[in-house]
Amino acid sequence: MAWTWFHRLGSPPHVYALAARLTPWFAWPAAALILAGLYGGLVLAPPDYQQGDDFRIIYVHAPSAWMSLMVYVTMAVAAAVGLIWRMKVAHAAAASCAAIGASFTIAALATGSLWGRKMWGTYWEWDPRLVSELILLFLFLGYMALRSAIDDLQRADRASALLAVVGVVNVPIIHYSVLWWNSLHQAPSVMKLGKPDMPAAMLAPLLIMLVGFTFLFVYLLLVRLRGEILRRERTASWIREALAE
Amino acid sequence: MSTSALQAARLILARDLRLALRKRGQFVQPLAFFAIVTTLFPLSISPDLARLREIASGVLWVAALLASLLALEFLFRDDAHDGTLEQYALSGQSLTWLVFAKTTAHWLLTGVPLALMAPLAGMSLGVPYAALPGIIVPIALGTLVLSLIGAIGAALTLGVRRSGVLLTLLTLPLAVPVLIFGAQATDLAIRGASFAAPLYLLSAMAVLGVTLAPLAASAAVRISLE
Repeated sequence: MAWTWFHRLGSPPHVYALAARLTPWFAWPAAALILAGLYGGLVLAPPDYQQGDDFRIIYVHAPSAWMSLMVYVTMAVAAAVGLIWRMKVAHAAAASCAAIGASFTIAALATGSLWGRKMWGTYWEWDPRLVSELILLFLFLGYMALRSAIDDLQRADRASALLAVVGVVNVPIIHYSVLWWNSLHQAPSVMKLGKPDMPAAMLAPLLIMLVGFTFLFVYLLLVRLRGEILRRERTASWIREALAE
Repeated sequence: MSTSALQAARLILARDLRLALRKRGQFVQPLAFFAIVTTLFPLSISPDLARLREIASGVLWVAALLASLLALEFLFRDDAHDGTLEQYALSGQSLTWLVFAKTTAHWLLTGVPLALMAPLAGMSLGVPYAALPGIIVPIALGTLVLSLIGAIGAALTLGVRRSGVLLTLLTLPLAVPVLIFGAQATDLAIRGASFAAPLYLLSAMAVLGVTLAPLAASAAVRISLE
């Protein structure tokens, strides 16, 4: 009885309708939170005593970097669910994650590079956290390349799902090996236990942006998932009814 | 009397080694590739041994990484082509053990020769004799991990046409830790320091790879055969 909600997630028409119902619940909060976070970060927060106004790029850079990792983990979890329970919808969700994750990763790299131009004087510095972000981008690209290289949809689903699971096991290993390789980046100043190094006026907009980006991700995922389901089920009869509504 | 998983694995190991002895040319290719790539660096940078010594560990490791990637194509290709791999999957034996045996054979045929040849290339790059163990041991261990990781990628790309570039794209990001610690070990050896610390990390990755990679690779083989 308690598991019916989970079993129903295996049905494409149900998830298609559910995603449509949930979309506005994520779209509006995402827009509101991001606008509030941007206002807080760009206008209300005081300038940094060392970096002046340059530090404000953190309000896009850090949430993008967090999201890139979170999307990869979400993708791997969806892929594992698809592999274990052979759920078509889970594979569709994993497939929808890839492009979103790659975009967040590119955003994190681009903003990191711009920030680096101001702080270090170069657009690219072999800084470990930027490098592990770059490798994360390669992981996303590998996933998408494998998916597009295999014609049979089921095989593409399962092969790329396995790759995502192998990748997620490797992500921490890659991250720490790159971290030990070379360290220039400022030490983490937000996720520190106890008192964070940032004053509240700077930190609050960052956290708002983080929550906003999370809602943005879920919103994008829902939209892309519906598209993916439509593409996969294009020959099914329920689609005509769903689209006629 | 039925064959145990270990016996079956040993039989496959012996078979792969025997087959390789009859098709020697295939396994000379990665070695020749390695030799050519390491020759390109002095030609493109400078013949000055002092400068080459500075970059020797990076040159050796990138060349070894690319050579062992190149060799990955041999791992399953022939067996998938003539249906042997399907028979393995249907044999009722643990496919994980069989894949592990194939991977081990592959490492013995590509990784170990590479590790034995690397000192030659190293000396041509001005590496002192005392540092040669710092080339052989890390490259032998590193190629083992690369064979194990690569087996997953090779199995995933089995049915794909022109899989070479795709295999590279899948495997290289996962090989980054091996490259970092391997090159660090060789670099420390060239500078005359102890390379134990990165070697331990490399060994840890080898243990993790031996434990987990055959499971993933055999699952990948099954997916590709579906």
